Amino acid sequence: MVKKLDITQGLPDPSKVMDEIMAKYPTKIAKKRQKSLVVNDPAEGKEIQANVRTIPGIITQRGCTYAGCKGVVLGPTRDIINLVHGPIGCSFYAWLTRRNQTRPAEGEDNFITYSFSTDIQDSNIVFGGEAKLKDAVREAFEIFKPKAIGIFSTCPVGLIGDDVHSVSREMKEELGINIFGFSCEGYRGVSQSAGHHIANNGVFKNVIGNNNRERIGKYQINLLGEYNIGGDAFELERLFDEAGITLLSTFSGNSTIESMEYSHMADLNLIMCHRSINYIAEMMEEKYGIPWVKVSFIGAEGSAKALRKVAEYFDDAELSAKVEEIIEREMKKVETVREAVKAKTEGKLAMMFVGGSRAHHYQDLFTEIGVTTVSAGYEFAHRDDYEGRDVIPSIKIDADTRNIEDLTVEKDLELYREDLAVKKEKLLKNGYEFSNYDGMMPEMKKNSLVIDDINHWETEKLIEYYKPDIFCAGIKEKYVVQKSGVPLKQLHSYDYGGPYAGFEGAINFYLEMERMLCTRIWKMVTTPWKTDPEIVGSFAINE
Amino acid sequence: MLLNHTTSKIVERKALTVNPAKTCQPVGAMYAALGIHGCLPHSHGSQGCCSYHRSTLTRHYKEPVMAATSSFTEGSSVFGGQANLLQAITNIFTIYEPDIIAVHSTCLSETIGDDLGQIVSKAASDGKIPEGKHVIQAPTPSYVGSHVTGYANMLEGIVKYFAKKSDNLKNQLNILSGWVEPSDMRELKRILKLMKVKNVLLPDTSDVLDSPMNGKFEMYPKGGTTIPEMVSMGDSLHTIALGEWATEKAAINLDNQCKVKFSMQDLPIGIQATDRFIQSLAKLGSVSVPESINDERGRLVDVITDMHQYLYGKRVALWGDPDQLIPLAEFLVDMDMKPVYIVSGTPGKTFEKRMEKILSKSVPEAKYKNGANADMFLMHQWIKENPVDLLIGNTYGKYISRDEKIPFVRMGFPIIDRIGHSYFPTLGYMGGLRILEKILSELMDQQDAACPEESFELVM
Repeated sequence: MVKKLDITQGLPDPSKVMDEIMAKYPTKIAKKRQKSLVVNDPAEGKEIQANVRTIPGIITQRGCTYAGCKGVVLGPTRDIINLVHGPIGCSFYAWLTRRNQTRPAEGEDNFITYSFSTDIQDSNIVFGGEAKLKDAVREAFEIFKPKAIGIFSTCPVGLIGDDVHSVSREMKEELGINIFGFSCEGYRGVSQSAGHHIANNGVFKNVIGNNNRERIGKYQINLLGEYNIGGDAFELERLFDEAGITLLSTFSGNSTIESMEYSHMADLNLIMCHRSINYIAEMMEEKYGIPWVKVSFIGAEGSAKALRKVAEYFDDAELSAKVEEIIEREMKKVETVREAVKAKTEGKLAMMFVGGSRAHHYQDLFTEIGVTTVSAGYEFAHRDDYEGRDVIPSIKIDADTRNIEDLTVEKDLELYREDLAVKKEKLLKNGYEFSNYDGMMPEMKKNSLVIDDINHWETEKLIEYYKPDIFCAGIKEKYVVQKSGVPLKQLHSYDYGGPYAGFEGAINFYLEMERMLCTRIWKMVTTPWKTDPEIVGSFAINE
Repeated sequence: MLLNHTTSKIVERKALTVNPAKTCQPVGAMYAALGIHGCLPHSHGSQGCCSYHRSTLTRHYKEPVMAATSSFTEGSSVFGGQANLLQAITNIFTIYEPDIIAVHSTCLSETIGDDLGQIVSKAASDGKIPEGKHVIQAPTPSYVGSHVTGYANMLEGIVKYFAKKSDNLKNQLNILSGWVEPSDMRELKRILKLMKVKNVLLPDTSDVLDSPMNGKFEMYPKGGTTIPEMVSMGDSLHTIALGEWATEKAAINLDNQCKVKFSMQDLPIGIQATDRFIQSLAKLGSVSVPESINDERGRLVDVITDMHQYLYGKRVALWGDPDQLIPLAEFLVDMDMKPVYIVSGTPGKTFEKRMEKILSKSVPEAKYKNGANADMFLMHQWIKENPVDLLIGNTYGKYISRDEKIPFVRMGFPIIDRIGHSYFPTLGYMGGLRILEKILSELMDQQDAACPEESFELVM
């Protein structure tokens, strides 16, 4: 039997295994990677290197800027045609692979099941692809009559000089629908993160504020950075509905462009995935005066906390009572399952390397069932997602970051919510936190190992060292880790399960962990004759 | 409805592709390179390419798919990717220790004009390639051809680098496999063994992408064509190339470089294509066909005669790659089925000619198209005009299947929602039997589910 890491006296200092990892690297690489591997000390508050280039030749988890822009932020919105300008692959790979569930009303537009591409050819590379792009836009309009078309640049597009923005303007004029482009060529940034920022800018400039819709609810909010993987947003919609909170728009799970157009009429923005969407929250506050708060609906405790935070913001006894009623009812259900599962999972070890927020949020769910996170990190986050937003002023702005436009936003004199600014001031005095995110590291144990942009070599060594009971990452890591005898839970696609957000989601996740941590199949990996050798026959019956 | 916007009204398109029946070159190059032993594929471009290709192959095989990337940034896109690739080669040999790095390009590195051959030569002259290690390369511009073209280009790159002609002619055949599953490559080897034909199979992804669970991750699993085998291909008697789109370039290269003549053949899917394969093996290998092969063929024909009534006249829509679609259409026609709609995003002029030959007499109403705008959206529109009884193609067909309530057999790439393709072949007579079983199960399940209660049959 494999000897488990003993953590009863706290987590062991992983410095030795870090040295072993570094020993394999060429000196220059070791020097660079060293800054991205940090032995955590929440009391001290250490600095981690993040959002820097991946070293060529290193087997990384990361994807590209296009993936962050089209795949993550715009992809989940159903009533827009997302037209990919480039060779066929980029659109093909982003076709239905991210599990953004959506629920259109009967007859309502839903283009998520479609893949649209200009499929540019070598002649377009030589002579330019703008003419083909315009034709493709016209054809898409003629056949599908969409409300909006987004145009996404892929790597060669920027290099051959196609201007998707001028084409968008021209086509918008010609066809009379909202058409806008994104310069989200794959190479623009160091990871998907650049694409998030580009998408945020594009949506803010071209969509938000297009419709000053009248108030439709007493408490109007937006949910930002919730992409409805596995139906997470559905579970949250259920909770808001029951509490009487009006969800104007979600960016961008189960969403419509139409709802984003009037999202600036909200009273409050809630942020789930800080990394991918904080730009829009900041810009909406600057322009419209809508405050934002960071929440996490991953984990039952977090969900309760988030609901209370919203109720506290609106400061309404009726709303607070309703929220407390929901929490009490839901927590009862949660507790029954949690206790039963925890009895089987307590003391197990987890590692998670994923995304820009999930590697933090999911630690809460694991804690609830007694599983300790020994090592974690993000694929494409920035320092503030690790260390908290306080470090933002001290983050060095490198050439790769400078490459992404920072929009200058001005107050909308007509729509700016002075009342909300006053409300914010008052709440701040009472200790209510706005515009804040403390990041992952303050919440992780001393000596836990925090790693940014983990690569294959590090993954292999750390599995050997920690022998975790469960590893959380994505599809590329899934079978690599499982071949080593450790179950892997995908936290991008949820392994086609979910929802895991909210209270129902927490129950689903506990049960999923019970399944994964208690299955007998891993015990069958080793052949019985490995420990009980075959008798070597003195006479052969084979031939 | 999942595909709510698809109607039977067909508007001529020249620029817009909707729901493609192809993807881009590099993923094919990555797959082909995984079929040589001890090889780490390397994608020379943005990180996203490598990530997308690994993800797609991983979803299809549910196996580790390892590959590295040059991780281009804006700077490398402007100044060229040479520095990235040189650094990558050093890092890969130091950290991941493969015997071979198989570099393919991307639309990005091709557009900026990176010359892989020149960069690899520089790596060699700079001493960045350790003794006994190899860096091979293939240009795979994503804006030309399709994923199949990338497979063909990598295969060509492999033989170009490794195959050597010496003075010792080898009593063996080269078998260049088209884009098929590990199970199919395993099946090819089984057939070759039954036929007692010595051979080198290239590539060979069996024991790479169907590896067993034993508690240990192997970065380079035991399968894959080995370096000595690839070197020896230059001394073989003859090459049988299976699938024109995927293997012709490599076959021509072996002929030009090492004077090994080749026979261009279809993938052995169905009765006739397998017959042709077996006959060439017999002729070129100077062997007789063993009884066991006759029996396998006989069993396949037997089952078709047994179940003919469920197959006869059934209208089928197919999509995928020409190398599969051509022998598959032929097989369906041989079973008296009607492949009425066929699309492939992969361009190539012989597609139409071959389809015409197979279909003009027996299925004159058939519509087929390949290349630009030959996509699943068009095929679905044809189905809306006049429906079919069966769909055969990759996983993306499930949306049409559900909307139109049409039985669906998964074949091709990618299959990301079912297992089986890695383990049960569709090549050869036994593979034909599997295709047949799947078709019958789908059609007969549909009959069982949809027929009036009084006609619900116990015995079928």
